[in-house]
Amino acid sequence: MQDVALALLAKEPSHGYDLRRRLVAALGPLGETLNAGQVYVTLTRLEKAGLVVQEREDAPVRGPRRKVYALTAAGQERVAAWMAEGAGARADVTEFHLKLVAAAESGLADPLALVDARRRELIRSLAEAQHAALAHDTNSEAGLLLEGIALRLQADLRWLEACERTWSARAPRGKGGGKG
Amino acid sequence: MSRDSRRIRGRSQRRGTDDSPLAGPSSRQPGEASGPVLRAVGLSRAYGQDESLVRAVDGVDLDVPAGQALAVTGPSGCGKSTLLQLLGGLDRPTDGEVWLGGRRMDHLGERALARLRRRAIGFVFQSFHLMDELTAAENVELPALLAGASPRTARNRAAGLLDRVGLADRARHLPSELSGGQRQRVAIARALVNEPLVVLADEPTGNLDSAATHDILRLFDELRAAGQTLVMVTHDERVAATADRVVSLRDGTLADDTRLDGGGTTRLGSLLNWEG
Ligand SMILES: Nc1ncnc2c1ncn2[C@@H]1O[C@H](COP(=O)(O)OP(=O)(O)O)[C@@H](O)[C@H]1O
Ligand SMILES: [Mg+2]
Repeated sequence: MQDVALALLAKEPSHGYDLRRRLVAALGPLGETLNAGQVYVTLTRLEKAGLVVQEREDAPVRGPRRKVYALTAAGQERVAAWMAEGAGARADVTEFHLKLVAAAESGLADPLALVDARRRELIRSLAEAQHAALAHDTNSEAGLLLEGIALRLQADLRWLEACERTWSARAPRGKGGGKG
Repeated sequence: MSRDSRRIRGRSQRRGTDDSPLAGPSSRQPGEASGPVLRAVGLSRAYGQDESLVRAVDGVDLDVPAGQALAVTGPSGCGKSTLLQLLGGLDRPTDGEVWLGGRRMDHLGERALARLRRRAIGFVFQSFHLMDELTAAENVELPALLAGASPRTARNRAAGLLDRVGLADRARHLPSELSGGQRQRVAIARALVNEPLVVLADEPTGNLDSAATHDILRLFDELRAAGQTLVMVTHDERVAATADRVVSLRDGTLADDTRLDGGGTTRLGSLLNWEG
């Protein structure tokens, strides 16, 4: 959550309210469980940690100048590190989804490159699971567990295919973007 | 531990004991041959014209070294079957080259191409393509006979191969008397009868349930351990993950190329969240 908030702020300094709106847009029905208080708690923690600062808005579109949250240098470093780090086979769907949204919004990483890296990670995990499964009796306890792991990794890979389709249709410079 | 040493260990673990039925004396060591067994250069196949033009395969460059098991994956319609047909000389490219065992094959005449296909390539298809009126053994013998083997040699090879795929006791059965998994094992035995340079398989487990799929994947694993070069096309990630290398095809173009060293357990270990 902290990383997601930071990544969305990397695009432009923004007000807590705006941040919540963008999160809700990215999360759909899952985002409706996210209340404004939770977003402010996160921002306050990030501020205490020296990752964001409050500053006055430069030129308000309308109304009075509001306070907006902006990344500090340390905040920028942390976002870059979060974008670059492999998610690992355990990472859940929501976290990776938010990473793609944040990558695209902030321009800090190419969502398609993140998808490719994750596909490689997952297929390597799946290779281990499958080779182990072939070496075990399907009806053994170990075989049963390996079956479950392989099925989940396969589901993750299928979802990545959908991510690739959607993000390559949006990315102006991504591969496939010129074709769609 | 280096990636390479882990890879070798993984492979020998999978190869199992020396009496593995497929690890014969003719075993080739992977990666030992000089050039690639199979090579595609700028390979393209388009269908139709003008507005209805479909670039099914679009400028594919690919080298398959000896002993490699390569999986080609991608969504339906991305060009997998077309690519495999081009690699196997079942279809002609509109552009580019195919080389098999150091020999260019895309511009051979029909007869020379048919001969090369018969001798040097083994095909395995999703729907088995067995001859219904021939027994399992006869199906396996047929390509050997067509390639000029004597009936006796063909018979012996077929018997040996059916034994290797675990179907010695089904040799006299018709395909209609066999399960899907058994039919595919007959088809694999048939693909091997002329000791091909490469086996090409198009969705080999596409019509099989998960138990039969496991049997076929184990069989491929044994073939590979015996040094057989193998290219399989599949939309099933679990099947692709058993290969040495996975390439992804998107709209006829290669989009990704990943090497696998599936023998380890490093990543599986990280799935166990043991805080003891
Ligand atoms: N004989 C054909 N005539 C016209 N279009 C074809 C023909 N065969 C395949 N195609 C087209 O080429 C593309 C790739 O097909 P194919 O190689 O069968 O894909 P895959 O095996 O990955 O599902 C598809 O768009 C398909 O419609
Ligand atoms: Mg196909």
